[in-house]
Amino acid sequence: MSEQTPPTLATAGSVPPDPDRPTPVDRGGAPGTAVGPTQPPPSGLRRFLHGAAGRNIGLVIALVLVCVVGFATAGERFASVDNLMTILRFAAVIGVLSIGMTFVITGGGIDLSVGSVLGLASVWASTLATQTMAGDIHWIVMVGTALAVGTVCGLVNGVLIAYGRVVAFIATLAMMVGARGLAEMIANRQTQLVTVDPFLDFFRADLLGISVLVWIFAAVAVAGWVLLNRTTFGRRTLAVGGNPEAARLAGIKVKRHTMYLYAIAGLTAGIAAVMMLARTTAGSSTHGQYYELDAIAAVVVGGTLLAGGRGTIVGTVFGVLIFATLANVFTQNNLSISAQAVARGVIIVAAVLLQQRLAARHRST
Amino acid sequence: MVNDVQNVPGSPGAQPGAPILTMRGIVKHFPGAKALDGVDLEVLPGEVHCLLGQNGAGKSTLIKVLAGAHRPDSGTITWRGEPFEVTTPVAALRAGIATMYQELDVVDGLTVTENVDLGHELASAGFTQRRAARARTAELLARLGHAEIPPGREVGRLSAAGKQVVSMARALSHDARLIVMDEPSAVLDSEEVANLFRVVRDLTAAGVAVVYISHRLDEIREVGDRITVLKDGRTVATGLAVDKTPTADLIRLMTGRTVEHAFPERPGVPAGADRRLVVADLSLRGVFEDVSLTVRSGEVVGLAGLVGSGRSEILETIYGARRATSGSVEVAGRRLRAGSVSAAVGAGIGLAPEERKSQGLLLDEPVYRNITLSTFGRFARGPMLDEQAERTAAREQITALDLRPHDPDRTARTLSGGNQQKAMLARWLVHGCDVLLLDEPTRGVDVGARAEIYGLVRALADRGAAVVVVSSEIEEVLGLSDEVLVISEGRVVHRCPAEQIDEHGVLDLVMEGSAA
Repeated sequence: MSEQTPPTLATAGSVPPDPDRPTPVDRGGAPGTAVGPTQPPPSGLRRFLHGAAGRNIGLVIALVLVCVVGFATAGERFASVDNLMTILRFAAVIGVLSIGMTFVITGGGIDLSVGSVLGLASVWASTLATQTMAGDIHWIVMVGTALAVGTVCGLVNGVLIAYGRVVAFIATLAMMVGARGLAEMIANRQTQLVTVDPFLDFFRADLLGISVLVWIFAAVAVAGWVLLNRTTFGRRTLAVGGNPEAARLAGIKVKRHTMYLYAIAGLTAGIAAVMMLARTTAGSSTHGQYYELDAIAAVVVGGTLLAGGRGTIVGTVFGVLIFATLANVFTQNNLSISAQAVARGVIIVAAVLLQQRLAARHRST
Repeated sequence: MVNDVQNVPGSPGAQPGAPILTMRGIVKHFPGAKALDGVDLEVLPGEVHCLLGQNGAGKSTLIKVLAGAHRPDSGTITWRGEPFEVTTPVAALRAGIATMYQELDVVDGLTVTENVDLGHELASAGFTQRRAARARTAELLARLGHAEIPPGREVGRLSAAGKQVVSMARALSHDARLIVMDEPSAVLDSEEVANLFRVVRDLTAAGVAVVYISHRLDEIREVGDRITVLKDGRTVATGLAVDKTPTADLIRLMTGRTVEHAFPERPGVPAGADRRLVVADLSLRGVFEDVSLTVRSGEVVGLAGLVGSGRSEILETIYGARRATSGSVEVAGRRLRAGSVSAAVGAGIGLAPEERKSQGLLLDEPVYRNITLSTFGRFARGPMLDEQAERTAAREQITALDLRPHDPDRTARTLSGGNQQKAMLARWLVHGCDVLLLDEPTRGVDVGARAEIYGLVRALADRGAAVVVVSSEIEEVLGLSDEVLVISEGRVVHRCPAEQIDEHGVLDLVMEGSAA
């Protein structure tokens, strides 16, 4: 074709608006994804309230329901400050693991090894050698050991998955089995009592009437929220989980980032190991068994997409609290662990269904 | 007849007789928007009825209504003389309405046969009859002129064109009376398009009606009988005879404007322009060999060739998304590390990939985050994001490129193809790229927006960028570029200034190349 009329724009900087160009309305396909041009944009505050409420209302309802059942069946025993603290202390360890898991899942992965890594780190940090050294120098040695063991395990996962191209499910499954075995070898299947009193004194203390363990969970959650929502690291996580190819072609180092995500999960497993050592005053190769599944359940119930690309720390915290409260209600009523497991299964499905319904309504209003 | 707008009854190409499908006054609301606002469509048996309209005019919604994926809020559909309510996609298929969607809707992990039979497997007592199914698929493929595709082959291993054939075979397997083809040629090269047209003609000769959606007017001219034009969810003209309606009229109807589908002026590259991108003897084993090209500041270089000739792979290798087996890429005199996208991006190269949706965009993220995907780190204060600064930068580009709607928080998925492409360009404008690699910049972009994209590309070059364009549309490569490289089977077979060659010349070279 020959050169004809000049284009509608001479330079990119001076484009006249064209009132005749239609706004796209039919490309979204699904109902609700298209919004007419005449609708005024919601204010920042309204959008925030609408968004936060729309995303988490189902979780709030679920948590309230569990609490109502708890109060109805166990009355004062349930609704006491002491019991609230018990619930929170119980939630803290899984909670920290779940924050790490939120990053891995948002980045499009999965980590089955965090429970085993917790066990391994707890054992490694409570061997005679470590505890002797901690006694001589400072209890921080035990903490450092646990965090290092956790992070290294996470890095191994990350390297295998990102650079070795092993599927995340398989790589972390291998780590789950291997770390548990290594923990058993180190501990010789014995429970290793923590004898470093300053360690116990520090972590078993209360601060402003609240257990240090709960404070740690809160700190990890806040740090996780900031990291995911306010930093370039978080943005990269969303991009890598949402569309790894687009992220790569935009110049993001997808492999390196993926490795970091598993290192974070390992680090949180190390932190959780320290908390476990304090709570049970012992290191054991059986610590953290099935915790990976509890963490995944909490993350998914919280609204993080298992496919990656969207993650919510607030949702994860809610998910953890719901399961912790539920466990407490069952204990208060002397019901069996098995019945509790059934209830958890039901809650996982119900919460996800509810989330989907509300999300759909949220989009269409 | 059907409605009160322009109506030219029956053209010579159409068979006489009652319409097989009549849609009247179809209205479909989505929350906050009216996608269809009174659409009329009348299709005769054995005709190729072309549906024209810009992105966002309502074509996709209309065919989804017809396929049973959306239920209309009001309006009537008459199918083979009887009122017809399409409640589900299965009901539409049973009635004989098959749809080939624009996005290839095949399952990569299944075989060709399994894809063709998806949802209506040949089975007795729950066991699939594999041999019979395979034979029937082979027959369908032969009818489509692609007997060479093995029915047992996994679909993921086929080319885009092969997948298209599978999609078509599936439509045929339903014994359809009406087949809707939504931009079937978008992933095909000219040879395959010719084959597609042969199949379409076979179908219509057998009395099957085809609703054909395409942005390419030359295709509509070649294969179509009548045209219905949609604009803003309404039918603005229906039953136009293809051979009696001038292109200018069609564009006027579609856009409400009289702008021609035009390429911008080429001012010519200044003599002293610096060599911005220098590619020397670049090879990717088994794909392409010894590709050398130099792009100066302000120059647009086009790569022309058929699908599968290695055009896209050349771009991706320059960009570092594939690791070259030999050769070098230099930007402004500095040699890039092979196989490193971040090195390329750091040196100021930007790529707008062929598959915008799967390779370019975060569809569920807001537009501004898509625009700043390669630069959000730059706006950040230390590790902390500055989303307000990102929004401001994105809004500047949205205004400059007239990306519609003017809302940085809109989800990328809801944008039309042309506006998604503008978001990709905006990403690299924010980045400040002075080398732009554009792979199929107007795929899925409607006629009106195309001229805008062309203008933008030229404006970028005029401001000193070096641009490399790849397109299946030879006309586009020739119209946009200063210099053209003709690629055939992974080799540069010819290079010359764009004015010195025409579409036929390019095709001759390509054919020659493949014969050798």
